[in-house]
Amino acid sequence: MIGLIARRVLGALPNLLGIIAITFLLTRALPGDPAAFYAGPAGTQEAVEEVREKLGLNRSLPEQFWIYVKDLGSGNLGQSLSTGQAVIQELRMRLPASLELVFLALALAISIAIPLGVMAARHPNSWIDHLCRLVTTAGVSLPTFFTGLLLTYVFYFLLGWAPSPIGRLDPFLTPPSAITGIYTIDSLLHGDIVLFRACAAQLCLPVLTLTVFVLAPLARMTRGSMMAVLSADFVRTARASGLASPTILVRYALRNALLPVVTTVGMVFSFLLGMSVIVEKVFAWPGVGSFALDALVASDYAPVQGFVLTMALLYTLLNLGIDILYVVIDPRVQLTK
Amino acid sequence: MAVTTFWGQARATARENPFTLVAAAMFAGFLLIAIIGPWIVPFEPLASNAAQALTPPNAQHWFGTDSLGRDIYSRVVVATRVDLSIALSAVAFSFVVGGFLGAIAGFWGGRIEQTVMRLCDMVMSFPLFVLAMGIVAALGNSVFNIILATAIVNLPFYVRVARTEVNVRREAGFVEAARLSGNSDWRILLHHLIPNALPPMMVQVSLNMGWAILNAAGLSFIGLGVSPPQAEWGILVAEGASYIISGEWWVALFPGAVLMLAVFTFNFLGDGLRDLTDPRRRT
Amino acid sequence: MALLEIRNLSLEFQTRGGILHALENVSFEVQRGETIGLVGESGSGKSVLSYAILGLSDGAARITQGSARFDGVDLLGAPERHLADLRGREASMIFQNPRAALNPIRKIGQQLEDVLERHTTTLRAKRKEKAIACLAEMKIPDPERRYHAYPFELSGGLCQRVMIALALACSPKLLIADEPTTGLDVTTQAAIMALIAEKARSTRMSTLLITHDLALARAYCDRIAVMHAGQIVEIAPTEKLFTQASHPYTEQLIGATPVGRARLSELIAVPGSLPDLRRSDLPSCRFSERCNRRRAVCKMALPSGADGAHEVRCHNPLRPESAALDALAARST
Repeated sequence: MIGLIARRVLGALPNLLGIIAITFLLTRALPGDPAAFYAGPAGTQEAVEEVREKLGLNRSLPEQFWIYVKDLGSGNLGQSLSTGQAVIQELRMRLPASLELVFLALALAISIAIPLGVMAARHPNSWIDHLCRLVTTAGVSLPTFFTGLLLTYVFYFLLGWAPSPIGRLDPFLTPPSAITGIYTIDSLLHGDIVLFRACAAQLCLPVLTLTVFVLAPLARMTRGSMMAVLSADFVRTARASGLASPTILVRYALRNALLPVVTTVGMVFSFLLGMSVIVEKVFAWPGVGSFALDALVASDYAPVQGFVLTMALLYTLLNLGIDILYVVIDPRVQLTK
Repeated sequence: MAVTTFWGQARATARENPFTLVAAAMFAGFLLIAIIGPWIVPFEPLASNAAQALTPPNAQHWFGTDSLGRDIYSRVVVATRVDLSIALSAVAFSFVVGGFLGAIAGFWGGRIEQTVMRLCDMVMSFPLFVLAMGIVAALGNSVFNIILATAIVNLPFYVRVARTEVNVRREAGFVEAARLSGNSDWRILLHHLIPNALPPMMVQVSLNMGWAILNAAGLSFIGLGVSPPQAEWGILVAEGASYIISGEWWVALFPGAVLMLAVFTFNFLGDGLRDLTDPRRRT
Repeated sequence: MALLEIRNLSLEFQTRGGILHALENVSFEVQRGETIGLVGESGSGKSVLSYAILGLSDGAARITQGSARFDGVDLLGAPERHLADLRGREASMIFQNPRAALNPIRKIGQQLEDVLERHTTTLRAKRKEKAIACLAEMKIPDPERRYHAYPFELSGGLCQRVMIALALACSPKLLIADEPTTGLDVTTQAAIMALIAEKARSTRMSTLLITHDLALARAYCDRIAVMHAGQIVEIAPTEKLFTQASHPYTEQLIGATPVGRARLSELIAVPGSLPDLRRSDLPSCRFSERCNRRRAVCKMALPSGADGAHEVRCHNPLRPESAALDALAARST
């Protein structure tokens, strides 16, 4: 088991290398003079030369790569021109906000998609099956920004149930002092229920927007997988042995059906990370995505590269986690060494 | 009675899945609008009219007007051509380059296959939208670059499909026959294997178009690619975003709804095509 | 009273291509302690019948007439939870393709315990012991270690033994064995059948052996029922069936089976193929279109077979005297 896990970890290393290589290429693929880009539109000739020296842009490509890797290793992702802060500082500060959105949406999507898919599979052609199919096909067609704006219009403007989409917290309230950086958790840890509710309220619409998007592939996979498992020979044996329905459903059908769903979660995470940028824009959410967007608009490139790298790392880590989880839950993995 | 002809199967599929027929009709509709759109719009898409700013939908302006008084309906119609051509160009590029790379990888295997698949894995280790952002940021903010970025992040899908199809058929009888009659490897690849790999790739194209449209619109929404005042669905939604909270919903929601319909159309069409070519995979 | 009584059972499937008349007027009995074989070509409805008995039919199946009683209990009208109580405890079933019939990600010992937990009052602490004992009873070597095994770690023969262990764990009164030895090598076949026969002997268990292998049926069954296209065409004590077959189909089936050192050239294939069961114009005798003894009278509804040990459903049987003599004997006792 440990061996298999170690192998998975090792298997992720080439991916890591690939990510670093591609982000390196992106930083050097800037049209014109990369140094001028990093120095910014307001950079003087000296500043440009300084940047050129620091980034080693007048050295050979392999040397540049080595400098790049060294910088990454020491946590140096460059400087943000607009905020003046080190990119890594900004990212660290803003990451909890993005993670809060992404993981909550994932949890919500899973908790809706799986029961929906299971019930749709058990009762084919019922209303719940049709609902599932509707969700599945419509969900992937809904552009995230459209969903977000539509939800804002309905729940904020028309119904007044949701707070205004201006970020993580009402500007009149002060955020809780950071322990995890996640406002809802921190406010709970400080025992401030009023603050907790305010923070949670702000989360509703952005999380819902992201959830709607990833609900579809998860529900589709659950339904398909469950249907295949329910008609499998071993479920027939379980029924022939007279096992109770709940036992068959959980111990026999569900555990087998969820295996491909676990891998789908990995794929879905990629969408979540990508679409979180859009959601952060629509709801003025101060996460890493909006950080990168602001920088992009200001022709400030270091934050964008840092952002791409961070997202790729997150994605790789999650996929690794899922791979390892799979090793643990499926005993047949040992077969395909 | 067995249905064996293509059209017979198409009719059977349409009967079982009426949505496919609807989707095909809608596809034709979008195509038509993309082609003749600019000539049939009631208003000049760029013509602003401050007096008419932010009027809700009425008999004159079916989708209302935006903050500059421009007719939203006209802008949405005109944007059809922009979005569809961006998506189509990106998908065409991915299809050709990805298909070619995949075919080579599947045919010769070995080092070539390993390198190509490694490159694909590298692209796929990024969340695709994020990678597209990074590429556009690096290469510069232009329409060509969002097409290129969308194409690049889509490449791996076509590479994989092409590789699998060519791989599976590499040892097939007709390939052996072609080889024995003296055809060179390249000829076999170009004249025999690639044409046979096309049908599953075409299915991929339709499914992909929906995603490509979403991707392009998403990039425009966040400010990359097409720039105002040009009309493009993503930009139109972005222009209307700030008016949602004051209740002027039509500025953002009409373009968004049309965008959604377009993606919907391609997704359904893709599903229908897939059912047509591989009935085992019906959802 | 017979342990299992099927009377005039008819079943159809509602499919996209129309209604499939899978079973027609099936009647037979299984007595306590006897082993009865159900033989016929692939597609003759043997498995469909067995699933219908236990209430395991596909959702598209509809029983249009008839009854099935197990130990006096009506099976067809019983609510699902009563049937679930019955299955695995009073009546069990084993299937072909044993590895696919076991949960691939659950240890076989645990799968056994699931059955024990459901049907017995064995305490949890004792269940593992009992499970291992069941495995040992099936002559599975090293049962303590095998308890922790997953199906993919076991050979086909071992998987089949595990499945039999599952089925026999609660000593049921009836075992339905659906092609239990298909795909296994001859030695394993014999071992598996020996296990079943031993259990049948020691607990007076009845067995319904479904197979297309006539030789297997001949070796292990007391009586054999022959099925064709959803109809039972003949039921007879084993040796009588092979020596005095009365239905033309039975005779041809026997003729097509290699026995002993018969040469390939001596085998005669049964002509034609099964009729399409979706037809609405199926003849009352579904073998008539393939039969070389067909006569005008065969268009009429089939006789329900003489009462007695040897039943034939045919208007032109090969040995009418045989069946008639039996009926006479039955009436005089």
